[in-house]
Amino acid sequence: MGRYVPNTKEEQLKMLNEIGYKDFDDLFSVIPESVRLKDLKLEEGKSELETATIISNMALKNKQYKAIYRGAGAYDHYIPSIVKQITSKEEFVTAYTPYQAEISQGILQSIFEYQTAICQLTGMDVSNACVYDGGTAAAEACAMCKDRKHSVMYISEATDPKVVSVIKTYCFGSNTEVKMVPVKDGVTDLDKAKEMMTEGAACLYIQQPNYYGQIEDAHKAADVAHNIGAKFIMGCNPMSLAIMETPREAGADIAVGEGQPLGLPIAFGGPYVGFMACVSDMMRKIPGRIVGQTVDHDGNRAYVLTLQAREQHIRREKASSNICSNEALCAMTVSVYLAAVGKAGLEEAAKQCVNKSHYLLSELEKAGLKRVYGGEFFHEFVTTSSVPADKILKALEDKNILGGYKLSDNEILWCATEKNTKASMDEVVAIVKEVCA
Amino acid sequence: MNTPAELKYTKTHEWVKMEGDIAVIGLTDFAQDALGDLVFVNLPEEGDAVTAGEVFADVESVKAVSDVNCPVSGEVAEINEELLDEPAKINEAPYDAWFIKVKNVGDTEDLMTADEYEAFCKTEN
Amino acid sequence: MELIFEIGEEGRQLDIFPKCDVPEVKLNANLRKQELHLAHVSEQELSRHYTKLAKRTHGVNDGFYPLGSCTMKYNPKVNEEMAVLPGFTNVHPLAPVESVQGCLEVMETLQKDLAEIAGMDAVTLQPAAGAHGEFTGLLLIKAYHESRNDKKRNKIIVPDSAHGTNPASAVMAGFEVINIPSDDKGCVDLDGLRAAVGEDTAGLMLTNPNTVGVFDKNILEITKIVHEAGGLCYYDGANLNAVMGQCRPGDMGFDVLHINLHKTFSTPHGGGGPGSGPVGCKAFLAEFLPGFTAVKNGNGYEKNYAKNSIGDVRTMAGNFLVMVKALTYITTLGKEGIKEASSNAVLNANYMRVKLSKTYHMAYPVTCMHEFVMTLEEEHKNINIAAMDIAKAMLDYGIHPPTMYFPLIVHEALMVEPTETETKEEMDHVINVLKEIHDKAEADPDYIRNSPHTTVISRPDEVNAARNPIVAYEF
Repeated sequence: MGRYVPNTKEEQLKMLNEIGYKDFDDLFSVIPESVRLKDLKLEEGKSELETATIISNMALKNKQYKAIYRGAGAYDHYIPSIVKQITSKEEFVTAYTPYQAEISQGILQSIFEYQTAICQLTGMDVSNACVYDGGTAAAEACAMCKDRKHSVMYISEATDPKVVSVIKTYCFGSNTEVKMVPVKDGVTDLDKAKEMMTEGAACLYIQQPNYYGQIEDAHKAADVAHNIGAKFIMGCNPMSLAIMETPREAGADIAVGEGQPLGLPIAFGGPYVGFMACVSDMMRKIPGRIVGQTVDHDGNRAYVLTLQAREQHIRREKASSNICSNEALCAMTVSVYLAAVGKAGLEEAAKQCVNKSHYLLSELEKAGLKRVYGGEFFHEFVTTSSVPADKILKALEDKNILGGYKLSDNEILWCATEKNTKASMDEVVAIVKEVCA
Repeated sequence: MNTPAELKYTKTHEWVKMEGDIAVIGLTDFAQDALGDLVFVNLPEEGDAVTAGEVFADVESVKAVSDVNCPVSGEVAEINEELLDEPAKINEAPYDAWFIKVKNVGDTEDLMTADEYEAFCKTEN
Repeated sequence: MELIFEIGEEGRQLDIFPKCDVPEVKLNANLRKQELHLAHVSEQELSRHYTKLAKRTHGVNDGFYPLGSCTMKYNPKVNEEMAVLPGFTNVHPLAPVESVQGCLEVMETLQKDLAEIAGMDAVTLQPAAGAHGEFTGLLLIKAYHESRNDKKRNKIIVPDSAHGTNPASAVMAGFEVINIPSDDKGCVDLDGLRAAVGEDTAGLMLTNPNTVGVFDKNILEITKIVHEAGGLCYYDGANLNAVMGQCRPGDMGFDVLHINLHKTFSTPHGGGGPGSGPVGCKAFLAEFLPGFTAVKNGNGYEKNYAKNSIGDVRTMAGNFLVMVKALTYITTLGKEGIKEASSNAVLNANYMRVKLSKTYHMAYPVTCMHEFVMTLEEEHKNINIAAMDIAKAMLDYGIHPPTMYFPLIVHEALMVEPTETETKEEMDHVINVLKEIHDKAEADPDYIRNSPHTTVISRPDEVNAARNPIVAYEF
């Protein structure tokens, strides 16, 4: 069928003959007979209509909830229409990495604007052009802190376990030791961290707000890390940075996080985007692409990929990371989202996350659930009850609502965002109340 | 090409100047010219051990990174921190832009005189 | 052109969020004191800003894009449409398995199709890009040797023609890199390989066709040498577009590979990502796979976690929407379409190679696969015209240049990969343009050295950018 191949059979044969080959067999005779494939065991090609039907039917097999109260690393926020429109422009979608600056100023400038927005959000000096997701951003940040004298990673156990798993996998690769700092009352036990951390400590990593939604004492964490000569890495929810103190204010050396809440759909896990920013001293350690501003030969402002000699295509086995392709279009999405909502909009969304999650908690408490930890939270919290979590979640499921994430038999991690209305939350509470009664 | 007579040279294009017990090391004019505009230097730390014939630093141009070998063994007594901020100095004045000073000098690579080095560079071209 | 932060007016904004319908709560925690500067624009200003940026961007839809080793083929529209179906975009990754059967079906089908195309037994879709896949595959090799308590195997052999990600990935996976030189055809030097392997060999990383676009005929001998030494063979799938449907890495003796969905399977590059780098392996490595794989169980699908998994290389399933696009593409092409794609990719490359060899020097004047490498070494020596100059001159014709200065074993290299979706007319046009540029380089080299002349900026000062980095706008 040769879909998307423009040359007709006749043209192909003519071209083959013109350049001295009898037919395709002749052309492919460079592949030894011993490895030639006879038949690919796949189905036959389909028309566009058939394909669209097959794939759409798969989409229809997924359940679409009328409301989502689950976060745990993937957050259901509203995405303005303009974000989707802009990021579907063919030029952006189909371009390669902007190595040819003269015809890639659009992509380069968009990355420069993204880097600026990330520096603004985190308060840091330098942002890279992004990495794959929040987990790999955390793992790459840990690697930035390793040198001959500092090689042990200290990771808070109040970090999203999915992120911890990625850090551990990367450290398995680089033969790096990881030590987990325990949790006390829903937050990182920083006194324990102080006790555990010794001379060779490379970094202390905490998540803010942490996996349980709790707000950590980041200042104290920074002191603990710095006092022993280690770096302090903060994994942040970018939405929270509209109102909460920045990693820079808290004393972090590196800020990383999952950019998904800023304009990307939850989409069964991806594509997402990992942001990474650091203080200027660490600029040459940050992995991946960075766009810099310069001038062209006529003195016009121009943007280029810069500090490339850090990267794999030049430094090869001495590169600090192997990253090449990143999530450029997702970074652009973040950038468009931030421009669309602006400072006021971002603050509004963040405040509504706080307000709504607190409303949900107070109502759920009335319905019979108990909050597990004290202390402040941003938009996630953990409840417990004598009723099994499964029973509560099933009751919500039956009403087409995705409840919180089950942490243990009786514990649920809830999340509310600006998308959740009071009416919907009241319905959740009524269902929970009935189950608990 | 500038090749001061009072210095000694390696086949990998580093220069050495002995100041008493201390060996001062940098990159030659020939090397900086071949590498083009340098944009960054990675230097060792004070107190690091260096080994004759082995890499102790690297220099970056926009699209390449090149190793710099140490002509002598010993211990790094001092690094030229100025180069970290202004790598252009290596292009502008390669014989003033020293990289490191080495103390407790032990083994030394086979070094060339200025004349020998100039003749060597001609074969490199 | 102005930055988004330099247009608009303080106070301008879009009306996105409703009034809050619950009571306000004030946090006592440390709140933000640092000023926050973001854009303040109307929706129309925002729309026009990005339209301007789009006009300053060259995509595959703008014109010929023969970027070697990147497979810049046409990106079908139906792929994009399938990937924005709400049935996919609104699915929470931690939703109950019963509610995500469609997503798991996408994954299971794609895993099976990719395994068949690659000649492998199992596939993980978790890696987010090609380099990420390399890292994953190497960790499988590491876990395998460790599981056999074979701890001395700490070296990965990489040819000097390899992509830079290969050695970088090997080091991230904790291996030492042994570079081996290529022979005069750009292929693996068998004696060199025999001398390099030993009881410390963990594996070999190779792409076939190799990075000069030549199919290494000794491939079965190469993989045998590595296996006999106790090492495993890793296939860098960057060049899979040349051979899909013709032959399979799994049949060439490879144990593990990654596939770039954003190259071979037409999911777009997005200006540098998102990509997706699934890893396929033989059955004996499946127990180490990361994340979960989707498996069919009766009428439904479930998540399966490997028993000795290396862990997660990324959170959650991977770049799921990219998987949707790749599955759409494979479903469209089917078995005959996949073979047709690689056939025509190889035909197009050879057509351009033969036609251009009258004007340009081919680094390896033999039948190529999906790409070929030209060398401007003589032009550089004789008329001081570098590969870069030819590349920049192409910009004035609305053509994206080939890959420059890669592979490193060819001096002044230009690597051309037309892909199967270009027409003969377009290639004839580009061949003429390249001849014209060559003539001009001889007649008026200064003109070519100062190219491009028609783009929105002239050549940028990269030295200044690196010496005095400005990486964010100062408010």
